[in-house]
Amino acid sequence: MTPAIDFQNLTLGYDRHPAVSGLHTKIKAGSLTAIVGPNGAGKTTLLKGLTGTLMPLKGKVLLGSLSRENIAYLPQQSEIDRSFPLSVIDIVAMGLWREIGAFGWLGKERSLRVDAAIASVGLTGFETRAIGSLSGGQMQRALFARLLLQNAELVLLDEPFVSVDSRTMADLIELIQSWHIEGRTVIAVLHDNDLVRKHFPDTLMLARQLVGHGPTEQVLTEENQFRARQMCEACEGPPHVCGRDAA
Amino acid sequence: MWELFVQPFIDYGFMRRALIGCIAISVGATPVGVFLILRRMSLTGDAMAHAILPGAAIGYLISGLSIGAMTIGGMIAGMAVALLSGFATRLTSVREDASLASFYLISLALGVLIVSTRGSNIDLMHVLFGTVLALDDVALIMLCVIASFSTLTLACAFRPLVLECADPNFLRSVSRLSALTHFIFLMLVVINLVGGFHALGTLMAVGIMILPAASARFWALSIGGLILIGVILAVLSSWIGLLLSFHLSLPSGPAIILVAGIMYVISLAFGSIDGIRTNMLRRSSINIRGKLNEL
Repeated sequence: MTPAIDFQNLTLGYDRHPAVSGLHTKIKAGSLTAIVGPNGAGKTTLLKGLTGTLMPLKGKVLLGSLSRENIAYLPQQSEIDRSFPLSVIDIVAMGLWREIGAFGWLGKERSLRVDAAIASVGLTGFETRAIGSLSGGQMQRALFARLLLQNAELVLLDEPFVSVDSRTMADLIELIQSWHIEGRTVIAVLHDNDLVRKHFPDTLMLARQLVGHGPTEQVLTEENQFRARQMCEACEGPPHVCGRDAA
Repeated sequence: MWELFVQPFIDYGFMRRALIGCIAISVGATPVGVFLILRRMSLTGDAMAHAILPGAAIGYLISGLSIGAMTIGGMIAGMAVALLSGFATRLTSVREDASLASFYLISLALGVLIVSTRGSNIDLMHVLFGTVLALDDVALIMLCVIASFSTLTLACAFRPLVLECADPNFLRSVSRLSALTHFIFLMLVVINLVGGFHALGTLMAVGIMILPAASARFWALSIGGLILIGVILAVLSSWIGLLLSFHLSLPSGPAIILVAGIMYVISLAFGSIDGIRTNMLRRSSINIRGKLNEL
């Protein structure tokens, strides 16, 4: 398969301090990849690099035929203002932005699709509920419905199962797998290794640098995890220590 | 009743003009206030009201008490402060509230300097407290134009604006309208304040923008409901405030805003949504139910 994403010596960071450095690998189109690594390994940073909200300090990300319009991104602990007076249907219908933009009419056919998306995440009956009254799991279901409507070729999920009950998690994993079957490229930042082993064929392990990337059973090993922790610990403290160690 | 509540508007042209002017301001400014509150930017209105002062003062210096010159001057000053603080936030890591505060204070000092060295005290009072009982045709037309423009713009920018408020990251990920939306919104704040200051003065103009919108929060849950109730409360405040000022010879601007303030306190206490009384009732009903369960 052709690569969907080609990281070419990618270095990302904030304020000239690299958080991910020298990443050089390819993610295949249509793959289902988990990004794992210790805290501060640069996982979220990498997703921000992919969406284009963070410009590379060095190197580049090639997205092939993918345009930025074809990327759907669900940030960690979504920064939605939950006190805002919006209903479930409002928040889900936002997923159609690319089709209807700022002024387009939702129309009958699209509003049926919104209903269908809400149904497929099991929120039927909650359409008019205010988002402030939803539980963490229900909110995440609504956001997945929005992702469904975005209909993107590349789906990026950052810790999608934090503060989500196990039943919701099972349902959402099913959705992710259906995206995989439909041929979409899905990349999820996760910290639950059992979950990754069970549902994610590919794993990219990160510890500010690439630790390993490939089939999950080959990458998610005790040895690699130990190495990743050491690499991250070595990088803590003043940045010059990191440079010396790397040299 | 009729004589008390309606007769003054029938007998006196200046009362009718004042009422029409206030209704125009209510229709234009209150929906903007609803969004200011939803975006947790209630105090931004206050900052902006101060920021327009030097522009209005320069307009006054150039052509006297001309509505046009003062309006354009006020808009330029307000937009300049909004743009400068926006740029400062995007080019550095200074937070928007800090840079806005800095620029509006500079602007305010400049305004006070100009007014106090070149104008008389009466002019200063005019700018600070407005002249709702002396609105001429030009001023009325301008207030109506501003209200219409503001309402239309808000309707056009409604969807991006809601998204920009509720989930700015999502808007940024799907479109490039985010910065533009923010700027259009600040522009609406500025033009409504400039309109309001002719009638109510720079300080009181913020009141009609924020207070009814803040009260509406205790009566409505949807954005449409907030805007509708906010506008109704604003128009009611204007009407009752003008009457109070007529019958008791009070200054009209503060009278209107104080009525809006009283409505806010009533809403806070008795509002059907999240009002203090409603919350107390709910709490006590839970307590009673708890005690019944114990029995």
